[in-house]
Amino acid sequence: MKIFKLLPVMVLVFTLSAFSIVDEDKGYSVGDVATDFSLENIDGKMVSLSDFKKAKGFIITFTCNTCPYAVAYEDRIEALNKKYAVKGYPVIAIMPNNTEIKPGDSMENMQKRAKEKGFTFPYLMDKNQEIYPQYGATKTPHIYILQKSKNGNVVKYIGAIDDNYQDAEAVKEKYVENAVDALLKGEAIKVSETKAIGCSIKV
Amino acid sequence: MKQLLAVLLFMLLPQQSYKVEVYDYDGLEPLINQKDEKVHVVNFWATWCGPCVKELPYFEKINDEYKDENVEVLLVSLDFPSKYDSALKPFIKKNNIKSKVVALNDTNQNRWISAIDENWSGALPATIIYKGDKRMFYEKSFTQEELETELKQFLK
Repeated sequence: MKIFKLLPVMVLVFTLSAFSIVDEDKGYSVGDVATDFSLENIDGKMVSLSDFKKAKGFIITFTCNTCPYAVAYEDRIEALNKKYAVKGYPVIAIMPNNTEIKPGDSMENMQKRAKEKGFTFPYLMDKNQEIYPQYGATKTPHIYILQKSKNGNVVKYIGAIDDNYQDAEAVKEKYVENAVDALLKGEAIKVSETKAIGCSIKV
Repeated sequence: MKQLLAVLLFMLLPQQSYKVEVYDYDGLEPLINQKDEKVHVVNFWATWCGPCVKELPYFEKINDEYKDENVEVLLVSLDFPSKYDSALKPFIKKNNIKSKVVALNDTNQNRWISAIDENWSGALPATIIYKGDKRMFYEKSFTQEELETELKQFLK
């Protein structure tokens, strides 16, 4: 009897999986409320968005040590934190990879990298790999700009930091800066979604 | 005659100077939209991408085994230009890659990722299989079996 009840569900699941050729679920779209989390920072303390009482929002950056694209953006991520943490939009970096597949992204190596580069932002580990799928991050680096509201942290921008991963000097459009500047001024964000090549998150 | 000369020249070149054609998106576009009778398998990869390197032999295998069934593999490398000589070319040589390899160098990713497929988030590896107007896009890693299953949809 039970099997008959389950059958339509099974058919549905099968049908969905048959057409689903992109591995991850879609995650958040602009306008969605993003989940808070409690993730371990490189100093051993747990960090949540709710800890940042004075923040107006966040520049959530899924990144890692081992992806050349992420590495190419390290200095720019640090510069974003220096510029915007004081204005109420700190960078929160989250390392989403499975460290068994990428030992170069272990907590120890994250600590080492942060020290070498002088990161001033929290560099958290998504140890159980439960947070990045909720956001819908598929790669490193992958940015989500959130704005605090009475309903929670609303996603305002998803995508790339800027339009040139190879050369910071040759950047024409600073997507993240433009978006945060617009939020600070209370204006509409002109470009709220962009795409960039990145390393797939290692599951 | 010119072509023959080019072939001769190519054969005379020492193997180290393996040439990789480099394109921006406008240059690549015709190569991933060929209107012929062949089944084209286009794989976006990079030497630094672990899952890409792992699945490359599967693409090499179909390029070899399905040649007679009009299947052609194109490997589009997204290695940084600074790595063409130090990583990409040595990799092709070391692994004796037989499929055609080209490099895509176009920093305006926000434009071309969506142009290649609107569902592509930009994560590597990614693959297109197409024949004429029939086209499938995959943002995922393949096993040999999965790749052949997908390919067989296009063989008939």
